[in-house]
Amino acid sequence: MAKILKKEILAPNIKKIIVDAPEIAKKAQPGQFIILRVDEKGERIPLTIGDFDREKGTLTIIFQEVGKSTIHLGMLKEGEEILDLVGPLGRPSEIEKFGTVCCIGGGVGTPEIYPVARALKEIGNYVISIIGARNKELVIMEKEMKAVSDELYITTDDGTYGMKGLVTDALKKILDNGKKIDRVIAVGPVIMMKAVSELTKNYNIKTIVSLNAMMLDGTGMCGICRVEIGGETKFACVDGPEFDGHLVNYDLLMMRLRTYLEEERISLNLFKEKMGIQ
Amino acid sequence: MAIIPKKTPMKEQSPKERIKNFNEVPLGYTPEEAMTEAQRCLQCKKPPCVKGCPVEIDIPGFIAKIKEGNFKEAIRILKDKNSLPAICGRVCPQEDQCEKECVVGKKYEPVGIGRLERFAADWEAEQGLMEIPNIEKRTGKKVAVVGSGPAGLTCASELAKRGHEVVIFEALHKPGGVLVYGIPEFRLPKRIVEREVNYVKSLGVKIICNFVVGKTKTVDELLEEFDAVFIGTGAGLPWFMNIPGENYTGIYSANEYLIRVNLMKAYLFPEYDTPIVRGKNVAVIGGGNVAMDAARTALRLGAEKSMIIYRRSKTEMPARIEEIERAEEEGVIFHFLTLPVRYYADENGKVKEMECIKMELGEPDHTGRRRPIPVPNSNFKIPVDTVVVAIGQSPNPLIPQTTKGIEIGKHGNIIVDEKTGKTTKKGVFAGGDIATGAATVILAMGAGKVAARAIDEYLKTGIW
Repeated sequence: MAKILKKEILAPNIKKIIVDAPEIAKKAQPGQFIILRVDEKGERIPLTIGDFDREKGTLTIIFQEVGKSTIHLGMLKEGEEILDLVGPLGRPSEIEKFGTVCCIGGGVGTPEIYPVARALKEIGNYVISIIGARNKELVIMEKEMKAVSDELYITTDDGTYGMKGLVTDALKKILDNGKKIDRVIAVGPVIMMKAVSELTKNYNIKTIVSLNAMMLDGTGMCGICRVEIGGETKFACVDGPEFDGHLVNYDLLMMRLRTYLEEERISLNLFKEKMGIQ
Repeated sequence: MAIIPKKTPMKEQSPKERIKNFNEVPLGYTPEEAMTEAQRCLQCKKPPCVKGCPVEIDIPGFIAKIKEGNFKEAIRILKDKNSLPAICGRVCPQEDQCEKECVVGKKYEPVGIGRLERFAADWEAEQGLMEIPNIEKRTGKKVAVVGSGPAGLTCASELAKRGHEVVIFEALHKPGGVLVYGIPEFRLPKRIVEREVNYVKSLGVKIICNFVVGKTKTVDELLEEFDAVFIGTGAGLPWFMNIPGENYTGIYSANEYLIRVNLMKAYLFPEYDTPIVRGKNVAVIGGGNVAMDAARTALRLGAEKSMIIYRRSKTEMPARIEEIERAEEEGVIFHFLTLPVRYYADENGKVKEMECIKMELGEPDHTGRRRPIPVPNSNFKIPVDTVVVAIGQSPNPLIPQTTKGIEIGKHGNIIVDEKTGKTTKKGVFAGGDIATGAATVILAMGAGKVAARAIDEYLKTGIW
């Protein structure tokens, strides 16, 4: 059981919760994730650790309400408990002095990249960050990202805030201005990570991406999270979630993420009906 | 009195009926049936059956009590050596252990020891009784047990009975390990696992779920709080064949398929949130008990065709004969001497066809079974929409990777002294599949018991 201590709405359908999980907070490192289950009939879903406070013993989890489980999670109130919460899982991000790093967060990838950017900045990297969102309303964590970045760029698809375009447009502009970047870390929708990887390949910049495969146990037991890296099968839960972006088979990942599209729709509709929500 | 040549039959659900539900197949003995079966036991002075039992149950002893109708005493005798009798009575391969040694079995069918064990345990549960054995005086020593499967539960209960404080750490949200995530409901109802887990708790064992040792805390950190650690984390890493197309959707590891159905109750979707692909043409690759479980599960999920694809012949199958027979009765189709070599998918990446090659048997290999050899140009295709890869699993690497000073074998197993379960690290013991590679529930329990004895000794003497 993990109690929700604080809850905040960051943007439409994007919520932030701070949960009491002292043992996990003590061990958590940037890039790792937890698996949770809202109630007895719920599924196990992996969510990245947005932040952690070792002294207070809390974890910050920021998530987008996209299906039944995340909507249900978003309905829990402060003081209520999440039935199961386990972690920290996965390998932590590589935090080293690379020189100039570019941290890219798309949508709810932004809170995931935040602790990574912070750690990279703390050990002396020059951090350039790019946040991408569909529109102004969905831009989150600007203030936090600004605090841990030497340069911060924001892009929106519709141009309502920051630069109009995609994160790759901003990255390309930075690179074409002659900026030397030693490493790119991108977290966000698969399609975004794919585009970033394709771009950086042309510039020969090592690129790390965090893969949001489906998971059950999260400890290497089930193999549902298998991804292809350089033609080799890996388990995102124990070998990742971060991998070399230039080696990932993104099409396979997208295909696997669609396995239960129909069931997810059924589940969501039933839940909405039951709860009387639109 | 002449011995009845055959075991007293046990009522079971008919194949036609049972493939439509997940309820248990055999229905258990009535008291009269159990007493009749108990009469078949010769009460040998030097009972060979006991030697066949990895946990050394006093078999003639408990059977004699059933014969007298003193079921309460029968279960007490069982629990003296075995904390999980309702589970063992169901899933132990008795034909290779106690019943294999049974003297009656030399001429007739052996005594139904497993059936009687199950009867006694179920009888106790029906009475709503649960007698707690004497627990020795508190020693003040603390032991951490990693993993709540058969090895961990057994080790923990033995140590608790000896007065030690025991905490089990379990990575999943429910205790039981393979008993809850692996073995299907129709073979081992989860309420029975829950009951036996509760018995272990009643001995004073504390179980902490959602705690991944190696991640939430390492073994080295546990050693700061506990006087000894037992590792029973099982064989959790599924094998794949690494053939083209194996990552298409609709292709599962047996672990995933069974976790979805057993632990997450995907067969009750959408009442439960976790879904599963309900395939019409299901191919299960492998010939062990796990493969039989998956093939029989597929039928219950509505498969029109559930096939076992096995590269050797029926004789070499590692599954229990009873499991193979039940699968056959239920209509599972067996493709022997067949090896998948490639999968094909539709435009959405969903598996639609499996290419196989025919095999023939050559000379025996290191396991003593005849080695399968591909027959050239014998390739053929089978239409499938779900594939379950059940070719085995390795020990889970999480603890070996994160614990300093533990020697690891070439299959990723933790190396232990068989007589004590001692690893190469002081204060750390291991047993079950993590040490041996994938084996049976009862062997894991035996290893848990052996380790418990050695841990007790170590805690008392401090001698490593």
